[in-house]
Amino acid sequence: MLLVASQSLTAGAIASNFDTARPTVSKHLQILTECELLEQKQNGREIYYYINAKKMIEVADFIEPFRKMWDYRFNKLEGIMKEYKSKK
Amino acid sequence: MEQKTKINAEDGKHELVITREFDLPLELLFRAHAEPDIIEQWMSNPYATAKVLKFEGKKHGSYQLESTDAQGKVVFRSNGVIHEFNINKKITRTFELENASFGVQLEVYDFEPLTDNTSKLNMHVIYESVAQRDQVLKLPFAQGINMAHNRLQEILNTLK
Repeated sequence: MLLVASQSLTAGAIASNFDTARPTVSKHLQILTECELLEQKQNGREIYYYINAKKMIEVADFIEPFRKMWDYRFNKLEGIMKEYKSKK
Repeated sequence: MEQKTKINAEDGKHELVITREFDLPLELLFRAHAEPDIIEQWMSNPYATAKVLKFEGKKHGSYQLESTDAQGKVVFRSNGVIHEFNINKKITRTFELENASFGVQLEVYDFEPLTDNTSKLNMHVIYESVAQRDQVLKLPFAQGINMAHNRLQEILNTLK
């Protein structure tokens, strides 16, 4: 996802960044496209993949309240235990 | 700024992984998950006070937690059984919200030493189904904490 964050790339260009077999990379791209996290754009004979920023925000927003709840708890845990540490 | 608490919840899977690095030695991080009076402190928030009703930190042990609001009304109770309690290493337990339809989740807490003074918690949570995981992620109590956090941020911003 980081690769296509700043520019659109072809499946071949994306695959060249991984040691994984090309069909495996294609399968991942297909799944990410089905989830609407990536979008495809035809340019001549090539298909370029680019990031669907709107969908990425949607996914992040969905988890964010839950993440913040744990972050709040863990920050508290860290503060409390630091006091125990200094008491040692 | 990089987020300290990270959650990996892949779309369409009935599990999630929560990871967090602490500026604490491993022993203190584990103690925070093994001693009821410490659990009560960090599980409480401005809107709810957590109380550990039962805690048997051992293999085949069990626990029960309760959360009450400022008026003393019980907001929720949860319980579970402890399958593995490996000091400073691992806790495997179940978690269930009482009188709720979220099912039972399996939680694997993996405690990892990083340096003498830092440690990491890897929390793997497995739900009964994708729908149940997503339902828990949308629970209003998470939103409540979020609101409290945002309110705190608002107040801090006015002080800047």
